Order: sequence, then C-alpha cells, then structure tokens
Amino acid sequence: MSDPVQVRCRVNGTSMVLSGHPMARLLDVLREQLHLTGTREGCGEGECGACAVLVDGRLVNSCLFPLLHAEGTAITTIEGLEQGGRLHPVQEAFVAHGGAQCGICTPGMVLAAVALLAERPNPTADDIRVALAGNLCRCTGYIRIFESIVRAAQAQAGPA
Amino acid sequence: MRARLSDYSLRSAASLAEALELLAAEPGRWRPLAGGTDLMVVLESGSLQHREYLSLWNLDELRGIDVTEQEVVIGASTTYTDVLGHETLRAEFPLICQAAAETGGVATQNRGTLGGNIANASPAADTPPALIAYDAELDLVSTRGTRRVAYARFHTGYKEMDLRPDELIRAIRLPRPRGRWRQWYRKVGTRRAQAISKVCFAGRLKVSDGLAEDVRLGFASVAPTVVRAIHAEDSVRGRPLDAKSIAAARASLARDLSPIDDDRSTARYRLRIAGNLLEMFLTQGLEGDSNRQGWVST
Repeated sequence: MSDPVQVRCRVNGTSMVLSGHPMARLLDVLREQLHLTGTREGCGEGECGACAVLVDGRLVNSCLFPLLHAEGTAITTIEGLEQGGRLHPVQEAFVAHGGAQCGICTPGMVLAAVALLAERPNPTADDIRVALAGNLCRCTGYIRIFESIVRAAQAQAGPA
Repeated sequence: MRARLSDYSLRSAASLAEALELLAAEPGRWRPLAGGTDLMVVLESGSLQHREYLSLWNLDELRGIDVTEQEVVIGASTTYTDVLGHETLRAEFPLICQAAAETGGVATQNRGTLGGNIANASPAADTPPALIAYDAELDLVSTRGTRRVAYARFHTGYKEMDLRPDELIRAIRLPRPRGRWRQWYRKVGTRRAQAISKVCFAGRLKVSDGLAEDVRLGFASVAPTVVRAIHAEDSVRGRPLDAKSIAAARASLARDLSPIDDDRSTARYRLRIAGNLLEMFLTQGLEGDSNRQGWVST
C-alpha cells in the first residue's frame, strides 16, 4: 500500500538517504541495506536489546523502530564507535575484562553502556543494572559485563 | 519479519491540525502510531490487524510537560524518559515516575509514550493505575474541538475506550495534590525489569485523626481494563483505618476486580495478591511508617 519513503539521516557520522517501506524495521535497513551486521536480531519484540542502537544519543531497540522515524536523526551503531581505528573505551574494557562471550548481546550491551556513561560518567552499581535491564545475556552471568563498565568509567575519568 | 510489509502503510502529517483533518476525512481509516513500542511488536508477530497508520511521533504539539498552579499537563507523546526527567512529576507524582521506571528497559522508555500506553488499552499497562490514583483527566481532540474525560471512566471494555475514530489523545491532565497523601506503587511480575505484570497496584491515601479521609485505588492485570476499585475505596473512605474496615475493603475487591487465568498468572493468584497489596497499603497507612522502600509521601 505504501510507497517507499526517502529518509534523510546520518549513520555513524555519514549523511545518507535511506529508502524503504516506512514501517520497515530500522534493524533490517541497517543490516540489509547498509550491511551493518553488528546490530543483531535477538527476540524481535523489544525484550532482549540485541538490536539496540543510539538515535540522537538515546538507546532504542531498532527492531521496534520504523524507518519513517529515522528522518532527520543521527544513528550510531556498534560499527560507529571506533575512532581512527581505535576501539571506544567501553569496547576496550569489554575485551580486557571478559565482558563478551558469544557476542550476540555485546553490541547492544556496549551501546547501552555508552548511553549510560554519557549521562552518568560515574555510575553506581544500581545505575548500571537499571541501564542494562533491557539487555539480556545468556553467557556471562552479567558480572563481567558490569565489571567492564565500571572499568570503562574509570578509564574515561583518566589515570588515578 | 513475519508480516508482509506491503500490506501496511505508515504516513506522517506536517502538523496536529493536518493529522486531525486526515482522521476526520475518513474516520477509522488511519490509526495513530506513536513510539511504536507495542505496534511494531504486533507487526513483527504477523498479527497486526489494522493496515493503515498515521505516525504522531513528529508532532511537537503532542509533546512536553506544562506546569500551572493547579495542574500538570503532559502531552500524549511524552516519553517515559521525559517523565522521569521532570522535577515536578518526580516531586508530586512519584507513582507515575515509578511506573515509568518499571516500564520495559531504557530503550523502551526512550520511545514509549504515555498516550500510547493509554490508547493501546492493555489491561496490563503500567502507568494507568498511577493515573487513576491521581485523578487524571484526558484531553481528546478532533476537528470538532476538544473534550475532557475522566481517565478512570475512559476504558469501557477490553481494548475498548471512549475515543472516537477521528479523535486523538492530546494530553493527560493531573490536578496537583493538596495536603499529605501516603502513596504506593507496586508491580508484581516474574522479574523486576521488562516483565508484564501479573498484578499492578497504585494507591493514594489521606489520613487524618486515624480516619481514612480520602483514598484512590488503581489496579491493572485484574480485569478487562485497568480499574479503579470504587467499592474497596468506599469501604474505607471516612472510616477509621482498623482491622474491620481493612477486611471490608479487601472483601469489596471481589466486586471491583474480575481477574482471569492466562499465560502470566491465574485468577486465584491475582485476586489474592491484589488483596495482599491492598492490605499492605492500608496497614502501612495505619502504622504511619513511610520509610519502607517504595513508599513516598508528599
């Protein structure tokens, strides 16, 4: 019924026009049109956070995000975090402290952590649990993920 | 994606006025879509019945929180995150903030809207019991003008509401509380975050000289709609908060609630827990201990 829409937005810093059905899931557009396959599909119903990306700096589940709503936004996926070939401090902390195992939840976890630290550079343990409550991991038991985020916060604060 | 996207359409309007014109031109053709946190789930599951949607996300007229001396007016497209960041709401309407904090995770709170939560009309929605506890009213707008309805009477049956096909919820109006009220919100589910409730409760109680001067009781997941427990309220209002009136209120719940067995819980468990929550709430009011977690007084 709908004609395709042309949506102007920025993805990982690059301006582009995305074309597709207005109700297409941002998740599918990112993976299939832009080949940004770091964004995962887990549950497809907003429960697991594997598809989380940042839209204008805010965490969203891209499986519940219609393409039409991307108009005029700046989207950051996991691929957009590294700068000049260097991983984001949160990514480095996940690598160094065992925050990732199978890797399916990791991009969403990392982006949820980046969104948290942007708002609260020194989060409490409770802040971290609340910020990650929508991101499910079936491997790590979460402890190493929480630890990675604490270490990333310390690293961002600079050498003690 | 289990749905065939080509069966569906989604469009936007340049302004609220244009959106209302569209709705008025062909009533029932376009249904509103706000943050999409529920409709996109149903779409993905392949069971989204209605085909044509009008996005409200870009309409600034439906956003924002205004505070006047008498009331707080929340635009229908205000997100849970916006609610949580608002000082007056945190200070005066803590049950709404607590409900917002317990709705999904951060990603859902960033997109889900209060108006969407209301119009989606789930009997298990998290914010409506709190809206009932605060005597919320809704502004419904169409090309014919605006009308105001009491939220406690808005839902008329399972997924049915006092909203015409050409109307949108424009705002939620909350009268600012006067005096000291004891307040409590409690969502009972399988998990603290993300889970849909088995029973959800929001209550407000004003006590003076040992009497329950006034009380509001809102419940979710225990009837075809979110409900105000009028009979239970009447059992304690104006009476001393003693074992007798509390037992009477608990017994009255059977008239206010009509829970069912479903994949989340059973009718028996729900009624029992609803009674327990009510008793905890009223007993706490009697003892006057506001230090327990989850209790707030203003």
